[in-house]
Amino acid sequence: MRVTAQTLPGDRRSDPLTINCSLVEPILVGFVRSEVRRVGFKKAVLGLSGGIDSTLSAYIAAKALGPENVSGIRMPYSTSSVETMDHGDLVAQELGIRMQTISIAPQIDTYFTQFTDASRLRRANKMARERMTILYDQSAAQEALVIGTSNKTELLIGYGTIHGDMASALNPIGDLYKTQVRALSAYMGVPAAIIDKNPTADLWVGQTDEAELGFTYAEVDRLLARMVDERARPDELIADGFDPAFVSRIGRMIQTSHYKRKLPLIAKISNRTIDRDFRYARDWGT
Amino acid sequence: MPFPERPTTVPFPRPPFRAAVAQVEPTLGNIKKNLAIHLDAIDTAKRDGVDLLVFPELSTTGYYLRDQVPEVAEPRNGPLAKAILEAAGKMSVVYGFVEESPTSRFYNAAAFIDGTTGKSFVHRKVYLPTYGMFDETRYFAAGGRVAAFDTRFGRFGLLICEDAWHLSCGVILQADGIDVLIIVANSPGRGVREEELGSKRSWELATRTYATFLNVPVIFANRVGYEDGVNFWGGSAIVAAGGSWLARAPEFEVARISGLLDPRDTRRERILAPMHRDERVHLTMEELDRIRHESYRADTSG
Repeated sequence: MRVTAQTLPGDRRSDPLTINCSLVEPILVGFVRSEVRRVGFKKAVLGLSGGIDSTLSAYIAAKALGPENVSGIRMPYSTSSVETMDHGDLVAQELGIRMQTISIAPQIDTYFTQFTDASRLRRANKMARERMTILYDQSAAQEALVIGTSNKTELLIGYGTIHGDMASALNPIGDLYKTQVRALSAYMGVPAAIIDKNPTADLWVGQTDEAELGFTYAEVDRLLARMVDERARPDELIADGFDPAFVSRIGRMIQTSHYKRKLPLIAKISNRTIDRDFRYARDWGT
Repeated sequence: MPFPERPTTVPFPRPPFRAAVAQVEPTLGNIKKNLAIHLDAIDTAKRDGVDLLVFPELSTTGYYLRDQVPEVAEPRNGPLAKAILEAAGKMSVVYGFVEESPTSRFYNAAAFIDGTTGKSFVHRKVYLPTYGMFDETRYFAAGGRVAAFDTRFGRFGLLICEDAWHLSCGVILQADGIDVLIIVANSPGRGVREEELGSKRSWELATRTYATFLNVPVIFANRVGYEDGVNFWGGSAIVAAGGSWLARAPEFEVARISGLLDPRDTRRERILAPMHRDERVHLTMEELDRIRHESYRADTSG
């Protein structure tokens, strides 16, 4: 007799990264629509790098608000790749959204003439924050909220710049792992060239996320889904077949980057300290 | 032996009545705006011949109130109650609000007001979820009673969201002789791995389970909209005794549904499967008492 192992719905053995895109899309689209309009805005602005995360955010925003109300901003530095520029154009064309190009090279170069020995990391963070200030300036100029483009994987492991690319008014993709970003992107019709390319923050020539991190998104997403969403303990993860060093490294990355996901600490002296015992929803009164 | 039949003041036989659910999108902490939403829905329902209109949990305030709880609270006969009763005409209305007691406790409460008789009943949420995304015990006092009440349509039970996740609430209300169960909720949408939203699957299971095994129709009122990134998925429903759908609202959209609740349908179900008649409440009580004694005897911690 041949017994076939089946993965049944609700079966704990089923892939924890599986999402039903037909359920997820309307929730995320409704989220952007609701959270933008309830505070009196109609429009959104986002940094459109041509990578999969910002592309998916743009697709969601265009569907939520109408393409005429979404503005993509490409903010290249002199080392930014041509492919990145082309994919930004492709997305803008596909969606029919407005696309602006604002170079960050003059201000970055001016700043670093004072710090010629600045590390690659410092330069990368400075660029990310430069882009943030442009987005927030354009937010004011265009009366448009800044849409976030950070996925759950990078938010959890801290692979982003605090007050840089992690800054936004609202983030539709922050509860989706990179693997799930790929699945939803395919579902929503993002061009295959963007889905299939090697993820890069394009911070220096030839950079790729996975080479810099030393693991693939597929690997880390499987671990994170078990560790975070399913609360599997280290011994369970190791029994699952994850390398103990990998488990402890990712655990440390989550912990040491936690400050990036929180408000700055406030020294408490009163009975009502902001965020500790002065607690209101951000959507207070809207 | 089962308990003797629960006495009730509701006349018999009882007429069919039209129940409706207003699946609304409240504004967080804005009572004025939310009251306007209620009055508008009440007005429409009255014109459509609705007898009982049910709004979701905390329908006049929104859900993630946190420090706004004392700011939006009212006594049970406060201005909100008066405005809704006045608007209701002959209709009965269930709505959610934050109730402030004379001792300054704040309850997540739902009121049933009867425009015909002027009578009202308030249920205070007993089970306040305080885990994961929920933090209700921090802000609310817990209700201490699960009790049925008489209405001109029959004897009713009223539960608020998490209450219904404790099957004991349904068992108590059955023993208390309910003919209709109303569940008001603010159910967040989550669980996107399967064909249907996880929250939807759970609530379908709960409402149909109660309807089938307590031999009562169930009116389930959930809200829609977003608060701080959390979506409320809607999917309000009216389920006949026995578990078949009488009306179902769409997901994620403001909507209204209605259905005719005919006591003759409930009667038919109760003849077919008279669990309510045969329920041995004494046995349940004795067993719970035994478990209580054994647990306390075994507990050496205090």
